[in-house]
Amino acid sequence: MVENIYNNYVSNVDHILEKLPYRKPFLFVDKLQSLNENGVEGSYMFPKNSYFYEGHFAGNPVTPGVILTEVMAQIGVVCLGIFLLGDSLTNDIGIAMTSTQIDFYLPVFPGETVTVRSTKVYFRFHKLKCNVEMLNSQGALVCRGTISGMMNAKTNA
Amino acid sequence: MQTKDELIATLKTIVKPYVQDEQAFANVTEKTDFINDLKINSANLVDIALDVEEAFDIEIDNASMERMLTVGSAVDIITQKLAEK
Repeated sequence: MVENIYNNYVSNVDHILEKLPYRKPFLFVDKLQSLNENGVEGSYMFPKNSYFYEGHFAGNPVTPGVILTEVMAQIGVVCLGIFLLGDSLTNDIGIAMTSTQIDFYLPVFPGETVTVRSTKVYFRFHKLKCNVEMLNSQGALVCRGTISGMMNAKTNA
Repeated sequence: MQTKDELIATLKTIVKPYVQDEQAFANVTEKTDFINDLKINSANLVDIALDVEEAFDIEIDNASMERMLTVGSAVDIITQKLAEK
């Protein structure tokens, strides 16, 4: 398990959230509960009126797997990456998801809150690779896998 | 110490899983460009660098990584790092 790495809590995470390049309706981070150089834990509540429930599925709203993957990427990889880039980061940030391998175990319905936990595998040559898992409000495993992305701090030359 | 041919053979084994253009890989030369010829993406080029580090027990620094764009430059970097050991 991964709990023990979350002891070193970074108290002020506001500057991380401010640097996230996402906006509604594609911002999927509400809070970061824990953050350090080895990992991050954060949460997101899916509003019942989220746009994707209108079509996924008709008359039977379930959170799409691609959205769960996006939540895991935004909290688990991008927030952690912004923290790891630290002071080298300006407001201009280059991000690209480069690979995902996720297994899904439970559905997430409108109004649910999920918690994402991510542990860094490595951050080298601008590539951040993480093991990421998502839990529902009962603490049950929703999905788990590996996500990688390229994170470039665009310096103001 | 590996010969240059042995070094290229080891490098090809490392690169193979990430190659998207098999024909270019079959005709690989020192001029072969990882991204433009073999169609490897920049993220997988990082994996190749990490695999190279492990296979040759060397450490690739950021400056070396930035010029590790072709088979030939990779061979040069590996040879140089092995010589520094």
